[in-house]
Amino acid sequence: MPVDTGKTAAPLEFRNVTKRYEGTDAAAIKDLSFVVPAGEVCVLVGPSGCGKTTAMRLVNRMIDMTGGEILIDGKSISGRSPADLRREIGYVIQHVGLFPHLNVANNIGTVPRLLGWDRKRIASRSAELLELVGLPAEMGKRYPSQLSGGQRQRVGVARALAADPPLMLMDEPFGAIDPINRDRLQNEFLRLQREIKKTVVFVTHDIDEGIKMGDRIAILREGGELVQYDTPDAILANPADEFVARFVGADRGLKRLALTNLEQVDLDEVTCVREGETISPGTWVDNDIVVVVDGERKPIGEMTRDVSSDSAVTLGSARPVGASIPITASLRDALSLMMTESIRPLLVLDGEGRVAGWVSIDQINKAVRQVPNESAAIDAAGIDLDK
Amino acid sequence: MSNDFVAGFHFVFDRWGDVLQQKTLEHLAISGEAVAISILIGVPLGCLLGHLHRFSFIAINTSNLARALPTLAVLSILLPYTGIGDTTAIIALVILAAPPILTNSYVAVDQVDADTIDAAKGIGLRAWQVLLRVELPLALPLIFAGIRTAAVFVVATATLKGFFGGGGLGDVISNPASFKISGIIGASYVLIVMSVLAQLLFLGIEYLVTPVGLRRRRLSSPLRRGGVRPATEVGDDALATSQLEQAQLKQAQLEQGSITR
Repeated sequence: MPVDTGKTAAPLEFRNVTKRYEGTDAAAIKDLSFVVPAGEVCVLVGPSGCGKTTAMRLVNRMIDMTGGEILIDGKSISGRSPADLRREIGYVIQHVGLFPHLNVANNIGTVPRLLGWDRKRIASRSAELLELVGLPAEMGKRYPSQLSGGQRQRVGVARALAADPPLMLMDEPFGAIDPINRDRLQNEFLRLQREIKKTVVFVTHDIDEGIKMGDRIAILREGGELVQYDTPDAILANPADEFVARFVGADRGLKRLALTNLEQVDLDEVTCVREGETISPGTWVDNDIVVVVDGERKPIGEMTRDVSSDSAVTLGSARPVGASIPITASLRDALSLMMTESIRPLLVLDGEGRVAGWVSIDQINKAVRQVPNESAAIDAAGIDLDK
Repeated sequence: MSNDFVAGFHFVFDRWGDVLQQKTLEHLAISGEAVAISILIGVPLGCLLGHLHRFSFIAINTSNLARALPTLAVLSILLPYTGIGDTTAIIALVILAAPPILTNSYVAVDQVDADTIDAAKGIGLRAWQVLLRVELPLALPLIFAGIRTAAVFVVATATLKGFFGGGGLGDVISNPASFKISGIIGASYVLIVMSVLAQLLFLGIEYLVTPVGLRRRRLSSPLRRGGVRPATEVGDDALATSQLEQAQLKQAQLEQGSITR
């Protein structure tokens, strides 16, 4: 069954939004303005007390702002009934908050029921969403108390997507999950997001999660002040100030490396020879090492330049290949492997295990020094950030 | 001595037809009326206050105070005003029964997991839908536990009516002149059976109103809120119902002094 993504994502705009709690002088949110283009994940990140959750909860009127305007798809939320507004916005929280007295299918079907869908449509939508979040259909009959933390969180995401909202709010959705499952859920959500392309406001206190999940990141400081709003790459390359630099961490160069994978860099060419082929001194061009490959260009061994005359390549004269790395790995992983294995270049293999090229410290240096492609997406979307 | 207990059984069998049946029905009627009125007062008020998370002093403190009043004293004080009829007994029994129902209803709704409520509001349930569709179903087991306690109190205490104007098994128990010691013991047997049956009846209802999802791990949400919430949940396949949590549930139950389960 195809996933119903008829209602596409909607852009979200904060316009000079202020939130001041009664009886306090300091604002919880101060003059917050930013635009999230449709279909992008915007991560709100900052230390605790910076107002990131408050900012997110203003969007579905779980908290009402005291000044400014929030626009979803160009329409202000101020005049809307909170309950009606919330039914059009997906909502996922850290502890999920599934209804323990309803089974998984009915949990997912809550909003469609509120919207008056008929039973058949609700049932098929529940089944479709279970599949979308990677749970077996039988899971629909289970109760929340019978699920693990990761499964509950998946059901939480499915429930939020039930009425196909153009906008999703996620408040530390993976915060209570152990690191291994968190990583898995993050990857699953990224895969899901590529499919459904919702506009997502994602709150986290973990900058690494923000870098991984966000198309752009809004870094907030205490008092709900927006310090920097840009792509993860741009923030890591050019932190706006000392606060951001400290917040993203001294290892921000390494974090940037994690954003780029080997497919995106120019690899050095590998000199390959088949077993049995004759190599002449002229074969050693760029590298001191030739790689012995089989018929499908998969590496069998490697040889170092120590011959001065023509000789036939035999497996006996080759040694096993040193460290190799898949082309989908990040530059950070490549660097790490270089550190642990040796400083010499690593052999990069493509999806089928064929030789793709060499990666050396040069490519990594180049990537770190590269100026990020700033705000290209925003220009393309035709939205003026300074507004 | 043992003859009296045996004689009590004989009394039950011999006098069921002409005395005990009628007295038992009277006893049930007055108890039922008192419990029904107490439910009508306690459940809506308790649920409303619990939903608002406010006025806990009414729901718990005032309620505990009322429970401390000896029913005998209440009856004596009411007597000059409302006479010796059913009204007096029912008022006294409602004062006895409404507080545990009110307290349990309040606590039951008040302690529904805050995250569950936040999620319910966040996905677009209106306030009354949150109360009726989420809070109430989750609170029902505890509400019925309160009703069960109250019903058993009332069945036992309605005996006092025999001392104040008559009616119910108290008539037999308070009248050794007519029914002898065997009559007192026999009527007490009936009373005990009635209390036990009331207890069982409401336990059954409690089980039936417990949502299926909570039957395996009853009252999971209150536990998650009051107890220790694990910072991380380890293992995708480990089922959430762990022995540790069961132990915490037990502990949480023990610590809840003012409510009954």
